Amino acid sequence: MAKKKVSTAATGSSKIDKIIAKYHGDAGSLIQVLLEIQRENRWLPKEALEKVSKQLKVPLNRIQHIVTFYKAFSLVPRGRHEVHVCTGTACHVRGAPRLLDSVQDLIGIRPGETDMDLKFSLETVNCLGCCALGPVMVIDGEYHGKMAPAKSEEVLKNYE
Amino acid sequence: MPRIESPAELEKSRKDIISKRDPDKPCIAVCTGTGCLALGAANVVTALKEEIKKQGLEPKVDVRETGCPGFCERGPLLVIYPEEICYLQVQPADAEEIVSQTIVAKKVIDRLLYVAPMADKAKKIVHESEIPFYKNQMRNLIGNNIKIDPKSIDDYLAVGGYSALAKALCQESPEQVVELVKNSNLRGRGGAGFPAGLKWEFARKSRDKTKYVIVNADEGDPGAFMDRALLEGNPHAVIEGLTIGAYAIGSHEGYIYVRQEYPLAVENANIAIKQAEEYGFLGKNILGSGFDFTIKVHQGAGAFVCGEETALLSSLEGKPGEPRPRPPYPAVKGLWGKPTNINNVETWANIPLIINNGADFLTSIGTEGSKGTKIFSLVGKVNNTGLVEVPMGITLKDIIYKVGGGIPGGKKFKAVQTGGPSGGCIPEEHLDIKVDFDELAKVGAIMGSGGMIVMDEDTCMVDVARYFLDFLSDESCGKCSPCREGIRQMLKILTNISEGKGREGDIELLEEIAVSTGDASLCALGRTAPNPVLSTIRYFRDEYEAHIKEKRCPAYVCKELISYYIDPDKCKACMICLRKCPAEAIIGGKNQIHVIDQEKCTKCGTCFEVCPDRFGAVTRLSGEPVPSPIPEEARIIAKKSKKDE
Repeated sequence: MAKKKVSTAATGSSKIDKIIAKYHGDAGSLIQVLLEIQRENRWLPKEALEKVSKQLKVPLNRIQHIVTFYKAFSLVPRGRHEVHVCTGTACHVRGAPRLLDSVQDLIGIRPGETDMDLKFSLETVNCLGCCALGPVMVIDGEYHGKMAPAKSEEVLKNYE
Repeated sequence: MPRIESPAELEKSRKDIISKRDPDKPCIAVCTGTGCLALGAANVVTALKEEIKKQGLEPKVDVRETGCPGFCERGPLLVIYPEEICYLQVQPADAEEIVSQTIVAKKVIDRLLYVAPMADKAKKIVHESEIPFYKNQMRNLIGNNIKIDPKSIDDYLAVGGYSALAKALCQESPEQVVELVKNSNLRGRGGAGFPAGLKWEFARKSRDKTKYVIVNADEGDPGAFMDRALLEGNPHAVIEGLTIGAYAIGSHEGYIYVRQEYPLAVENANIAIKQAEEYGFLGKNILGSGFDFTIKVHQGAGAFVCGEETALLSSLEGKPGEPRPRPPYPAVKGLWGKPTNINNVETWANIPLIINNGADFLTSIGTEGSKGTKIFSLVGKVNNTGLVEVPMGITLKDIIYKVGGGIPGGKKFKAVQTGGPSGGCIPEEHLDIKVDFDELAKVGAIMGSGGMIVMDEDTCMVDVARYFLDFLSDESCGKCSPCREGIRQMLKILTNISEGKGREGDIELLEEIAVSTGDASLCALGRTAPNPVLSTIRYFRDEYEAHIKEKRCPAYVCKELISYYIDPDKCKACMICLRKCPAEAIIGGKNQIHVIDQEKCTKCGTCFEVCPDRFGAVTRLSGEPVPSPIPEEARIIAKKSKKDE
């Protein structure tokens, strides 16, 4: 797993303060606050969690419990390109496992990981709601439908 | 827009909206639901708008971006009003022709019409409602999706929106509303099928000043997207239903709990709430009735178990989504310890229909125990992938063949899986059963939230069971050990079987663990987890046995049990598979018969897919040894005439 320097600009206090202020510092909004920081920053650095803990007055261990319980959160930096392979049931029966295997081989990481160059992050997702296109792979929000192992190389090489 | 203060003002506003609209004005309604967007619908919309501008028709033609009408298979799709011409698989390049031909010259473009795949003489169909996919449905809930822009409350009002709210709040007492829902026999569409009216009654009777109502839009079934389509495509219907429910049980605060994986649903729900507040359908003294109600959208953070109502409550409170023991039921002690009523998106969307048309409207449709319609996401190995809304009591066969158009590629049907990870697989012999809550349970499946995955002969049932258990072991929250450990052990055995390490007695052991897991787990996730295992064993025991005894996967899916082999008699040394093989496992060359190096082969199946049909040289083997490759000197193919090359 890549461990790169935390970009302090993105986790800058003002942004996090703003997000927390939006929810009026309400501890019940913990998940919503974390989701928004995750979306803004694409991962949750320790500094950000500490800040949330302090401002919402929630113990850090509870925050840790939450960010590891829910799949939406990442505790490591994400790559420049987010690769999502749908492993919903429809895609599964249409050959998603073979697609996932070949994507893993091609970019050299497993789901949930980011490569050393911070180029790709790979995730599996459960049904994107476009089953007609299955098996589906989404890269940075762009859909690539009716994928096959052989096609995945052509698609992936377009990303730098 | 000034706030609407009474039902009379609502009707007046509605008339205003409708009178300002010319029913003869052409309108191009383009589906911008998730499926069509993935296929490029946004570019189609842009192209159409540009073309309309270019031809100077801007004030004369409307372009409407709508929710999902269901026919995802043929997207991007659009419907042109008032003629209701339905075009499928539209590309941006078609925009010019659509505007100049259909809009201006009133000519239908044949090429974009629906062609029945199995019809004898390529019969083309112009109107949406005549396409077999739509014709065999009963589209009470989803039918409005193509008619409204989900971001426009005026569109919803134009099709009669919020009239049920006015009726409930101003003409009926909360008790009457509860009674009506009870009489309609509406059962919860989230999966368990608990009568909604009863749930409401319990919450109504709980004495507390603070009560909550919640829309469960944490659609977690990995093969289903009907709740998403409703919330994305017609959010006001859900809000209207929720508000009526709040009035009925005496709640003033509501939540819509949506998966964060559905950003468009979140966006549209938020816009709709804001509009409803502006118009006075939410907030203080709604429509002059004295009833106050507000709604907040809360996003889930990616946990399947949060679809279970008590886990959802924990998550809503900002905690990890772990279920709580029931009783106490949420109707007594729910969110923040207050009485709470939780229903699924589709259940809420049914409420305005019941209020407007009476309980009979629902009870006249369906079977003895299950009334109304149900939306399914019909996916997998089926010709017409998409969302289908059908009356309860329709047979599985009709859904798969009449609506779904059968199995693609002339393959043989094997099973249909309903209910997602909590459901089961139903084989061909039961295709004539009527789809309702009770009948599906009898054959070992469940209705679930509406996932319906069609499987053909290329689907391995052991693999399907393993897939669901893998999903569930990932999603089990780990709070109770029967679920956490039971699922893990079943997965272990299933993985062994699919890798050829199955042993005699594994099936019986699976059955035993399945039953205990089901009996002892705390919440529905664990209690229903055995279903995928038990139903596949029940109907496809022979497949399990083939894996265990013969180390053979009859569907050629389980990687460890199959090999790819190039038939030297059929190989024409065309180099296609050799070039495409990502593992560089194919040995050969020009005019030299190709051979797969079994050591290097990753079994990705690329060679099998790319080998031209006319050769068909790559075959799959399972349960038998791979023939040893022919000697190198025998691999040379004598050069043939150019024509054959």
